[in-house]
Amino acid sequence: MQSSEDKIEKSRCAQEKLTGLAATLYNQFEQGIVPHISLPSRTKANIEFSSKDDVWIYGDQETTRSVKTVRGAKTLLKTVHLAELLIKEHLQNNRGSTLREIYYISENWDIAKFHEQAESDRLIEDLEIVTALHREDFHVRPEEDGASVFGPLRLKEKTRRGEKEMHCQEDVGEAGYQIPFNVDNIEFLSHDASMVMAIETGGMYARLIENGFDEQYNAILVHIKGQPARSTRRIIKRLNAELNLPVVVFTDGDPWSYRIFASIAYGAIKSAHLSEHLVTPTARFLGVQPSDIVDYNLSTDKLTEQDMQALRSELTDPRFAAPYWDKQIRLQIDLKKKAEQQAFAGKGLDYVTKTYLPERLGEMGII
Amino acid sequence: MEIAEELAKQQKAISVAEFFEKNRQILGFDSAPRALITCVKEAVDNSLDACEDAGILPDIFVQIKKSGEYYLVIVEDNGPGIVPQEIPRVFAKLLYGSRFHTLRQSRGQQGIGISAAVLYSQLTSGKPTRVISKIAPDRPAHYCELLINTAKNEPEILRSEEADWERPRGTRVELEMEGTYVRSRRQSVFGSLKSAAIVNPHARITLVEPEGNMVVFERATESLPKKAYAISPHPAGIELGELIKLLRYTDKKKLRVFLKETFSSIGAISAQELCSRAEIDPEASPTGLDHEQAKRLHSAFKAIKVKSPPVDCLSPIGEELIKAGLEKEFRLDYIATTVRPVSVYSGNPFLVEVGLGYGGELEKESRVEILRFANRVPLVYQQGACAITHSVESVSWKNYSLGQPTGSGVPVGPAVLLVHIASTNIPFTSESKDAVADMPEILAEIDLGLKEVARKLRRYLSRQSILSERREKEEIIRKILPRIAKKLSDVLDREEPDIGPVVARIMGNLLVSRKVERENGQLSVKILVENHSDLLRSFKLHELLAEQADSITPEARVIPLGDGYDHHWKLSLAPGQKATLSYRIACRDASNGDASSAGAKMKEPVVEGLDAEIVTGARVI
Repeated sequence: MQSSEDKIEKSRCAQEKLTGLAATLYNQFEQGIVPHISLPSRTKANIEFSSKDDVWIYGDQETTRSVKTVRGAKTLLKTVHLAELLIKEHLQNNRGSTLREIYYISENWDIAKFHEQAESDRLIEDLEIVTALHREDFHVRPEEDGASVFGPLRLKEKTRRGEKEMHCQEDVGEAGYQIPFNVDNIEFLSHDASMVMAIETGGMYARLIENGFDEQYNAILVHIKGQPARSTRRIIKRLNAELNLPVVVFTDGDPWSYRIFASIAYGAIKSAHLSEHLVTPTARFLGVQPSDIVDYNLSTDKLTEQDMQALRSELTDPRFAAPYWDKQIRLQIDLKKKAEQQAFAGKGLDYVTKTYLPERLGEMGII
Repeated sequence: MEIAEELAKQQKAISVAEFFEKNRQILGFDSAPRALITCVKEAVDNSLDACEDAGILPDIFVQIKKSGEYYLVIVEDNGPGIVPQEIPRVFAKLLYGSRFHTLRQSRGQQGIGISAAVLYSQLTSGKPTRVISKIAPDRPAHYCELLINTAKNEPEILRSEEADWERPRGTRVELEMEGTYVRSRRQSVFGSLKSAAIVNPHARITLVEPEGNMVVFERATESLPKKAYAISPHPAGIELGELIKLLRYTDKKKLRVFLKETFSSIGAISAQELCSRAEIDPEASPTGLDHEQAKRLHSAFKAIKVKSPPVDCLSPIGEELIKAGLEKEFRLDYIATTVRPVSVYSGNPFLVEVGLGYGGELEKESRVEILRFANRVPLVYQQGACAITHSVESVSWKNYSLGQPTGSGVPVGPAVLLVHIASTNIPFTSESKDAVADMPEILAEIDLGLKEVARKLRRYLSRQSILSERREKEEIIRKILPRIAKKLSDVLDREEPDIGPVVARIMGNLLVSRKVERENGQLSVKILVENHSDLLRSFKLHELLAEQADSITPEARVIPLGDGYDHHWKLSLAPGQKATLSYRIACRDASNGDASSAGAKMKEPVVEGLDAEIVTGARVI
């Protein structure tokens, strides 16, 4: 957990790095060099496997933003505006804004105003890359809630109103413990867990709690709520790294869910610069696997054309270039079917906790 | 009785009216929405033709009303009117008309259109057609109620009487029929009148729709189109059967005279040459020629060169009015037009006109709209079957800056194409006059016309892209760079950086920058000149100094002026080349101030021989 000296040090470092970026542009003007910044290009073609940390990071391809084009010039103007906001409003005053608020703050920036939030989000990611810092270091928060956690874990959270200690089964309601956006404000105290299970849908998360799966198998359940937020990926990473617990990911059986798994286990293309911080390389995919559709005779939906395209695109995604995924994805393309987690309910409400999960976890060597 | 005799009893003539009663799709009355469109189109065509013949600027009023389960179509014009005894046959007899036997461009040709509408109306609603017409302000109007006797193809007059009508002259027709009124599509009454307004910019057309909504297609010109005159057939491409028919029914006694009088573009010399090629006596009687001789004459037609048919049988819209018509109905950035010279297919003169509108409010990603016209009549249906569409599809539009995703087909982009074919006889694929047949001569002319406007578009766009590049750079320099510099100075708490050098680089300018340093009580001055453009720049650079400078490198010419000295260098810099000029000068106020303030007091360097907008950092004379 961060101490207050740490915080001051971090804030000073962030200010220095942002000022450094501005100074670079300033000097380019002075030297008569057309001002520009270089960034790794953030595409599927430019991510590569780092064997050092077992995660996917950006490769060597770079894109240059220069003031030679109107678009480039506007982006640089926005970058400088943003740097000023982060230095003068956030870091010097110890305040913060959400991603959405930053988008609205730009309303006053005239031609430097963002057209949509995606644009300001992207620019903040750019600043993370250029400065090798995280948006939390600039006091920028996401809008959305982080995940919920339910399981045999005792932790301490540092809040604005003091430190709170709680047990994620005994001290929480049925929805579990809601993690804060800055996961590094949490300290793990003790646990009786033997695994972490990340679950895509709220329905399945609630089913497992209702059926007492967490108690029976000493599992920490993490509800990832669709595409996982950074804080969700960060807490999974910390549970894995600090408590040395195996992580399994339980999602729907469709191409979009495999991408959820990929972003937890391999990293996301958009935020590969944070892979070392957020990715859990040892996380394993539990299901629903395409082969489960056959083995458990699950009720299914037909794949749409978009689903098919997503599957084909995954075949060329370097993150999925493993024999396991190749086999499963090709099988699904043949089946032309997908299954939801809830499909197990067709065999009885206890089927998933009594039969499917014990069998799969056994196969995977986790229990 | 023999079987053949039995059968012979059942044989009987079919009236054209009966024929069309059973084959209404041939005339364009095959669906409920289409029936209304065709009916309005036929009536409006007649009105436009009549007004043009009479030299009147058309003012046409169209109203569609719901009348019980039927629609009432009213079309009213300010044309010359129709004399009372002709009204029944014009409206209620098929194949009755004034244009079939002449070679001249007109909208109507066969005398079917409006009578077909009357026939359709009586078939679906059972109601008679009401016509009122007036031929002069001081003559009474005449009112008729008509039906067609389909067995005989003759009009049946239910009422015929004098009437009062407030118009000075004109004709009004009311038809009641089954139909469906659609608006949104191009294939609608609205769409077809809009198209008609484009190619008839001299007409004002007013439409009142069933809900009472009124649209006026205002005229864009006050001048009538050039009148088309009747001509004789042209020899090029005439068919053998047609020639034999002409030979048989001529009243000319000599072949020589027959050739000269019957055909356009054949004079005495060509007639002589034709006869000698066909080895027939020029003095022979045309009616006496046998089949073999007619055949030889026919091949002689093909062998000799005759001049193009006279243009005055055709009435093209003209480039100016095509432009006015397109401008009137679309918001456009650019319009290219062309009128092709007169050409001939099967003895019929024709010409092709093409207009292309680009940009403005047109959709960027959708397929280009093709407006097809034949003798100023919009063609709405069967776009895929038409020679115009086929020609458009076969052009490689990618070469002309329009998209064509599959490499052929209708192009994609913010453009609209207008193609008008004018001819004494348009070869339609069917009697409903929806599509022009693929005659090779016509296809070739359309192709040439399309490519002509396409080339003009390409030139326009390449000019635009140079301009827009320049505009883009200006925007960067005028609006964005100064703000970046300002923000950087805010963030860093430093002076605003000098954006001059970067501006020169982006604009491809000549950059002049001067550095002044203090050295042993003297000022040491260095001038750096950089050519960022991609052209060789030759010019003179002047420094106006109060005193004469020392250690000038490279050497400069020094000319004493009244209040100082002009030092100048003749320079010539290749793209990307730099030159450094330096000199020393006595420092006047050695006691106070630093080098930069001394530099600031000096006059700006002056460049002579270049345009001001391509020089940064110096004054230009």
